[in-house]
Amino acid sequence: MDAPLTPAPGRSGAGKSGGRGRAARERGVSGRAPLALLVPAVLGLAFLVLPLAGLLVRAPWPTLLRRLAEPYVLEALRLSLVCATLATAVCLVLGVPLAWLLARVAFPGRRVVRALVTVPLVLPPVVGGVALLLVLGRRGLLGQWLESAFGVTLPFTTAGVVVAEAFVAMPFLVISVEGALRGADRRYEEAAATLGASRWTVFRRVTLPLIAPGVAAGAVLCWARALGEFGATITFAGNFPGTTRTMPLAVYLALETEPEAAIVLSLVLLAVSVAILAGLRDRWVSAS
Amino acid sequence: MSGGGLRARLVVTRPAFTLDVALEVAPGEVVALLGPNGAGKTTALRALAGLVALSPGGEISLDGRALHAVPAERRPVGMVFQDYLLFPHLSALDNVAFGPRCRGASKAEARRAAAALLERVGLAAHAAARPRQLSGGQAQRVALARALAVRPRLLLLDEPLAALDAHTRLEIRSQLRRHLADFDGATVLVTHDPLDAMVLADRLVVVEEGAVVQEGTPGDVARRPRTDYVARLVGLNLYRGAGDGGRVKVGELLFSTIEQVEGQAFVAFPPAAVALYRSRPDGSPRNLWQARIDGVERHGDNVRVHLDGPIGAFADVTPAAVAELDLTPGRTVWASVKATETHAYPA
Repeated sequence: MDAPLTPAPGRSGAGKSGGRGRAARERGVSGRAPLALLVPAVLGLAFLVLPLAGLLVRAPWPTLLRRLAEPYVLEALRLSLVCATLATAVCLVLGVPLAWLLARVAFPGRRVVRALVTVPLVLPPVVGGVALLLVLGRRGLLGQWLESAFGVTLPFTTAGVVVAEAFVAMPFLVISVEGALRGADRRYEEAAATLGASRWTVFRRVTLPLIAPGVAAGAVLCWARALGEFGATITFAGNFPGTTRTMPLAVYLALETEPEAAIVLSLVLLAVSVAILAGLRDRWVSAS
Repeated sequence: MSGGGLRARLVVTRPAFTLDVALEVAPGEVVALLGPNGAGKTTALRALAGLVALSPGGEISLDGRALHAVPAERRPVGMVFQDYLLFPHLSALDNVAFGPRCRGASKAEARRAAAALLERVGLAAHAAARPRQLSGGQAQRVALARALAVRPRLLLLDEPLAALDAHTRLEIRSQLRRHLADFDGATVLVTHDPLDAMVLADRLVVVEEGAVVQEGTPGDVARRPRTDYVARLVGLNLYRGAGDGGRVKVGELLFSTIEQVEGQAFVAFPPAAVALYRSRPDGSPRNLWQARIDGVERHGDNVRVHLDGPIGAFADVTPAAVAELDLTPGRTVWASVKATETHAYPA
């Protein structure tokens, strides 16, 4: 009868306590993890971690430092780091605008383009290398012209390594940046437009800073993929010490002649990757 | 070409919605677009800013210059967005300096102008703060300074006070009123809060379902509402009927009024003017009808009784009267309004 006279706070108070009750019930049911999930989960973890543990167990610890200091190791490491970084730079310069185009400009065939961008993700890297040779090789469609017009040859050079790595790694960057662009609040861009910013200024001064975490995440993924690149590199750039023999190639080669060296090289690659990912993982997980 | 200010016909056609609003705002004048959610107020504002394209038939001219074909970034328009949209990666100062920078000022010049504006809105001490370090009221003032920094000829405010809590709102409202008074261009603000509109605006334009249903000074709109929405906003009971000199026939009821109206007419009276009785009052008071109580709710210090019957009405009574008359839902009562408390005007 006098229910309508009940002050609103009483009702909202009841609602709140109901919320607490629900939360408590949720905690209540989440008791024990079912075995059907727990067992495969633990197996999966072991599957991922055991090989790495094997690497550590079989490492030739006593001779490790001496082996690390060998010139060919340092040379391969330097080459790997330089090429992966250059490839990431190439991906940033080309991939961020590509991601912007896919996220912000409606054009016919956008879905097809988006699918094409991700092809290198599913393409076997060796096939990618072959394809690169056909286009950028000395007799390739673009390669011929590059050589006659500029005297530039890419295959079997350090630049070729960068090209192969960028080809394989770029989708990681584009996907990550496009996701960040789609998630970004476009109203900030509208606010910038009302303040007189051209689309280029909006991109440079508003969009890019807003999606910086997404770009960083994409760059890290891209760099990690480039660092580990093997198939496309060996196919397109070959395996020449000092110019195209990156760490993964050196590991593969060493495995045939000197397995202990392969383990050392692998450990170095592992350490570098883990250090980079551990340093940035939280950031890109929260950003994506 | 007639003087300065804004003259616009905002036409935006969407599949399920059409906005068609004519708007004229003189330089220095503040016009509030008032209306329920989904009425098209924000769309109108975005069309003025250039963020929404006008459909055929629409046009905007500002100080005699056609604007509707000019892209947003080249319109002399400043906009304050509902949740301010301060750039999170820039300090308050750089947020305000952003506009002048985009319009060609040097970095030092832009920062000087921005600092002066922050000073004017009382935030000189917060120039280096990032938006997330600012309170809602401070962010609102930075947003206003940012919009004014481009020296606009048209200032647009989208629900400028909606994101603030009640206490801050009171303070910011009076400050905003002062800043708007200082601004010599045309101002259009959008709100669904009648109080904001009454305090801030020189003129109200009420928009419902994409069309203007009423416009006038705040006093005029508050005294003579023309739609149920406006009547509810200003807290009046409103009926449409047929006038016949000092009487207006609303359905079966005949209202005696002071004003003389002929033909289609409105009758309005405040809920506090409605008296309730358990039994038919003695004598023969005019404007008497029998009603059923539909609901009872607290309303400020009083109690608002929802009446059903030949006409729906609100009556405000004291809590003591509720107890004394046992006003519970479902009960039948007699309601009356004095002729002197009603207000009649042509529809």
